Amino acid sequence: MMETLFSYGPQGWGDELLAGLGVTLQLAAATLPLGLLLGFFVAALSLSRRPGLRAMGWGYTTVMRGMPEILTLFIVYNGLGLGLNRLLDAFAPQLGAVDFPPFAAGVIALALVFAAFAAEVLRGAFQSVPEGQVLAGLAIGMTGRQVFWRIKLPQLWRFALPGMGNLWLNLLKDTALVSVIALDDLMRATKVAVGVTKQPFTFYLAACLIYWALCLGSELVLARLEARANRGLRRV
Amino acid sequence: MSLIESLSANLPKLLDGLETTLLLTGLGAALAAVFSPGLALIRLGGPTPAKVLLRIYISFMRGTPLLAQLFLVFYGSGQFRAELTALGLWSFFRDPFNCAVLVFVLNSCAYQTEILRGGLQAVPPGEIEAARAIGMTRAQVLARVTFPHAYRIAWPALGNEVILLMKASALASIVTVFDLMGRTRQIFSRSFEFSVYFEAAALYLLITVVFVFLWRQIERRLTRPMRRTQGN
Repeated sequence: MMETLFSYGPQGWGDELLAGLGVTLQLAAATLPLGLLLGFFVAALSLSRRPGLRAMGWGYTTVMRGMPEILTLFIVYNGLGLGLNRLLDAFAPQLGAVDFPPFAAGVIALALVFAAFAAEVLRGAFQSVPEGQVLAGLAIGMTGRQVFWRIKLPQLWRFALPGMGNLWLNLLKDTALVSVIALDDLMRATKVAVGVTKQPFTFYLAACLIYWALCLGSELVLARLEARANRGLRRV
Repeated sequence: MSLIESLSANLPKLLDGLETTLLLTGLGAALAAVFSPGLALIRLGGPTPAKVLLRIYISFMRGTPLLAQLFLVFYGSGQFRAELTALGLWSFFRDPFNCAVLVFVLNSCAYQTEILRGGLQAVPPGEIEAARAIGMTRAQVLARVTFPHAYRIAWPALGNEVILLMKASALASIVTVFDLMGRTRQIFSRSFEFSVYFEAAALYLLITVVFVFLWRQIERRLTRPMRRTQGN
């Protein structure tokens, strides 16, 4: 019974679930660099010396972290969809109504959310670099720019890693939301399997176990990365 | 239609949804808070099998998407319809609101237990030893010294967890609960009026701001005795 349900090929759902898992991983992998880049940018705003820029950084992180992820996703998906159709109406009306590609909408929405949380992690990491190191750098005649590139940035990784690890786990879990906007990720593949087999508990439990395995695997890798990042540190 | 007109037209429905959102969040967080102190104690000093089971439960809850947990309970219960009917539980699981609350309680309880465990571990051992030295029983030490201090330490983190739960409660709309998000989607699907999303966003931010303010007020009360001894 179980073997046939999760087998490969036309009878089983193993291959469909695996394809969905592939989409889930692609989504997370595509979001990470985009979200990090945007997160660096927002963190730079938050750390800026100009009050106006600082306020922008604060506003972005506050609003994005205060809104449900699913609401952000709908705003991005429907907003981009409406915008795209308005553009098409103006320039190429013969195409008719089109949907914004859900994968792109998912990546953009998840990256916007990821960036807000990442900016806070990065800001905290920057501020964790001990003041004495910065002063020491200045004392031996480094410029502010040199202090940033040679002292602050190399240590950023170490301070930001625990927070970033949590964000990565949240990102993996948040990808499940895109199943709502018709993207064939693991969650949606599970839903299709449930619709045909009428075994919701079995399949949703299987999906949960797959996500769980992803998270546990990630935690192992993150623990290794953290140990590596801290290898030069003196233990007290 | 201007923003004001659209807001006043949508507001009654959105406020109705807001009420459901607050109810979902409040019930979920409060019921989880009933179980978390006991579980945190087991997590720290319970019998090994109980500790292992608890760790597995917490890891599962934190390692799987809330949406998948919600689907597992709401749709998954259908697979055991006959059994649940025999137990008289089917009418409970048929209602998406009940399933959402159940999942939120289970999920939030896992997070709250971990937060409280951290708080308990951060209570200085000297305080507990002092309480024992003046002859308090184990239960008295817990009720008068350990837990009050642990809650003070854990308070900000518990507040964050409630905010996360409030945001996550928007997922209930996916299983047809008409919370704030559900009402918002309903209005958008009928009118394609994009501004309703921003109105909903403003309401979610408003809840967060009000909640953060209230939580800080309670925190000030909780820490009052400490501030007094420090001469502030």
